[in-house]
Amino acid sequence: MAFSSQLEVANNVAKITLAGRLDASTAAGFRNLVDQAAAQKVKSVALLLDHLEYMASAGLRVIVFARQKMGVAVKIYVVGAQPLVKETIEVSGFSQAVVLLPAYDAALIEK
Amino acid sequence: MDARIDFYPTHEIAGCKVRVGRPLPFGATLVPGGVNFSIFSRNTTACALVLFQKGESEPFAELPFPPEFRIGDVFCMIVFDLAVEEIEYGYRMEGPFDPATGQRFDATKVLSDPYARILGGREAWGVEPDWSAPYPHRARLAFDDFDWQGDRPLGLSFEDLVIYELHVRSFTQHPSSGVRNRGTYAGLAEKIPYLRELGVNCVELMPIFEFDEFENSRVNAETGERLLNYWGYSTVGFFAPKAGFAATGRLGMQMDELKTLVRALHGAGIEVMLDVVFNHTAEGNEQGPYISFRGIDNKTYYILTPEGYYYNFSGCGNTLNCNNPVVRSFVLDCLRYWASEYHIDGFRFDLASILGRDANGAPLANPPLLESLAFDPILSKCKLVAEAWDAGGLYQVGSFPAYGRWAEWNGKYRDDLRQFLKGDVGYAGAVATRIQGSPDLYGWNNRGPAASINFITCHDGFSLYDMVAYNGKHNEANGEHNNDGGNDNHSWNCGWEGDSTDPAVNALRQRQIKNAVALLLLSHGVPLLLAGDELARSQSGNNNNYCHDTGLSWIDWGALTAKAGMHRFVQKMIAFRHAHPVLRPRRHATGQVSPASGLPDLSFHGTSAWWADFSPGSRVLAFMLDGAEVKGSHASDNTLYVACNMYWEPLTFELPAAGTGTLWHVFANTGVDSPDDIFEPGQEPALPDQSSILVGGRSVVVLVAC
Repeated sequence: MAFSSQLEVANNVAKITLAGRLDASTAAGFRNLVDQAAAQKVKSVALLLDHLEYMASAGLRVIVFARQKMGVAVKIYVVGAQPLVKETIEVSGFSQAVVLLPAYDAALIEK
Repeated sequence: MDARIDFYPTHEIAGCKVRVGRPLPFGATLVPGGVNFSIFSRNTTACALVLFQKGESEPFAELPFPPEFRIGDVFCMIVFDLAVEEIEYGYRMEGPFDPATGQRFDATKVLSDPYARILGGREAWGVEPDWSAPYPHRARLAFDDFDWQGDRPLGLSFEDLVIYELHVRSFTQHPSSGVRNRGTYAGLAEKIPYLRELGVNCVELMPIFEFDEFENSRVNAETGERLLNYWGYSTVGFFAPKAGFAATGRLGMQMDELKTLVRALHGAGIEVMLDVVFNHTAEGNEQGPYISFRGIDNKTYYILTPEGYYYNFSGCGNTLNCNNPVVRSFVLDCLRYWASEYHIDGFRFDLASILGRDANGAPLANPPLLESLAFDPILSKCKLVAEAWDAGGLYQVGSFPAYGRWAEWNGKYRDDLRQFLKGDVGYAGAVATRIQGSPDLYGWNNRGPAASINFITCHDGFSLYDMVAYNGKHNEANGEHNNDGGNDNHSWNCGWEGDSTDPAVNALRQRQIKNAVALLLLSHGVPLLLAGDELARSQSGNNNNYCHDTGLSWIDWGALTAKAGMHRFVQKMIAFRHAHPVLRPRRHATGQVSPASGLPDLSFHGTSAWWADFSPGSRVLAFMLDGAEVKGSHASDNTLYVACNMYWEPLTFELPAAGTGTLWHVFANTGVDSPDDIFEPGQEPALPDQSSILVGGRSVVVLVAC
């Protein structure tokens, strides 16, 4: 499945939907969306990963970049990550920088 | 201030935009818009940067360094617009191949950057490499974006450490480990609660610098087992963590996974010490492969004979030329990197005496490298521990150039304790010295008990169980007809060679293990435990277990149930050590009498109080530690008394008085079955008879006055 990414901003939340395979060749698109989201001064970022099959280190590094770019006041939620992606985030230590959620929780993310 | 553009291309080479780079730091460093590549070679005639797409065998670009990109002996170049996540790099060096003069340049080889912080090519453990690959250990670019969340090295006092030596893979590779990612840094992180409960506060990781488990790999013709370079005492990349120990190695995330482990260990109050191997490299002798140093500047990096052959003080084919100023800087840079980038708390140097040899192999009185390490500002809080001998015959236990900083693995402690424990006569006096932190070795030159890393077992040699189950080594599985491994084991099988069904033999073995653990944790100095000894782990008598990726090496966590009594004993002994600062002094005991208690800080006894038996036929030793003034009179503690009866019959020990207002309580008695062999510190039962105690044959009793 080809990689696709999409940004939607509403209610001070930037929703970034990623699908397919996120690797070094496609990470730049993801990074551009993080840049755009940061410019809109949102309170939260939700990375919707239900259809993300694979995330290489380049993708994980963009999550780190998002954390740095947004600052600690902005919560970053990783939503619906598939088991392999979720485990990679946990094992490599990035789970400390984000909140992992099984499904989108509007009450939590948009509060 | 306007955004400045200091880095801009001035040249185009092989289709890449470049400019002269910065000579420092060495290695590959991300800079605005590009990557700064810098490498040293004094004797090369030409150097080229070779760039690959990840995993490709053929490079996509090869960039010769123009003469103006060479500053002194350093080749440096910034390459712009690289896809940093997608490339691997190496170097090609031209120059003479003239072994007689120490030159071994080979321009057909692509060489790995010695400063590479991440290496591809061995991403997953145990996957047989493509032996025809022209560039097997592939330098990659690394990122420094890890979020440490305020972590820093713990800075525990050296004398307060209880070190636990472990092999990352062995610790959780057994199916019984129950972790998600067996044999990895992440797996070890899952076991932190176990380490906390056990009570150790420092893990010493056997080599985790990138190594090749397939180096010199072979099949044991008799067993069919594929034997590996399992322990990894043969470094391929000094700045790169072993990718095959990372669950995320396939993704190139080993740096993050290891840092996550260190951060989690620190969070649990556990320091991290690395076993580092600077005495030699994986390039071996004249027949070995070209990985980096041999092709970059052979005569700078290796100690060579006048004829140009490799000196072999390491026993592994070559010897790093550690006191050459360039190599010295390399070692320093490496350790500074691990201390600053990975928050490592300390280093144990394998065959450290090599680090004190000059370029001809002769021992130096004042080795520049060891001095530099001792006084380095970045390493100033790191623990430095020497394995104070080498394979070339240099044995420096007690005389290693210390500069007030270095501690040593105390091989004499191990040898004396083992012989005393198995009942050899005449070791009571030696053990009396060892248990007070070996003042004969470390009582001078501003060294204290913490200069003595006390151990009875370590990765080299028998496990603790095997020490009491085998008289001789049984290394047939290593495929060398039992000729490898040491013969000076000082072990005793308690009456039967190997596993036994005899309850009396097994009971004696359990007692002997407890005796050893008790003395180790009651000794002044820094105790080091071998992982698995608390579970009475066996290596089937193999005392050189370096090549087995099997149950012979792995910890079987089922033993946590089967050997619960042993585990409990070790855990309580560690807790006792933490509870009693009188066991962890900063200075050696002097025998001086405290005005507060009227007792000397340390006194020796025998079956008669105040009469130690140091005669040639003695197998007994008792000692008392006065708790009135400890930690330099800054604290007080209970007074402790320890009786060791290594004779096979029970003996009655007359007890010294416990001190005004206190009674002797029994903390441990290895002559009694679990659970009455040891008690919770602070909940010890009072001794009915305060004047004497019957100590069973081959048993240790520990009393606490309260």
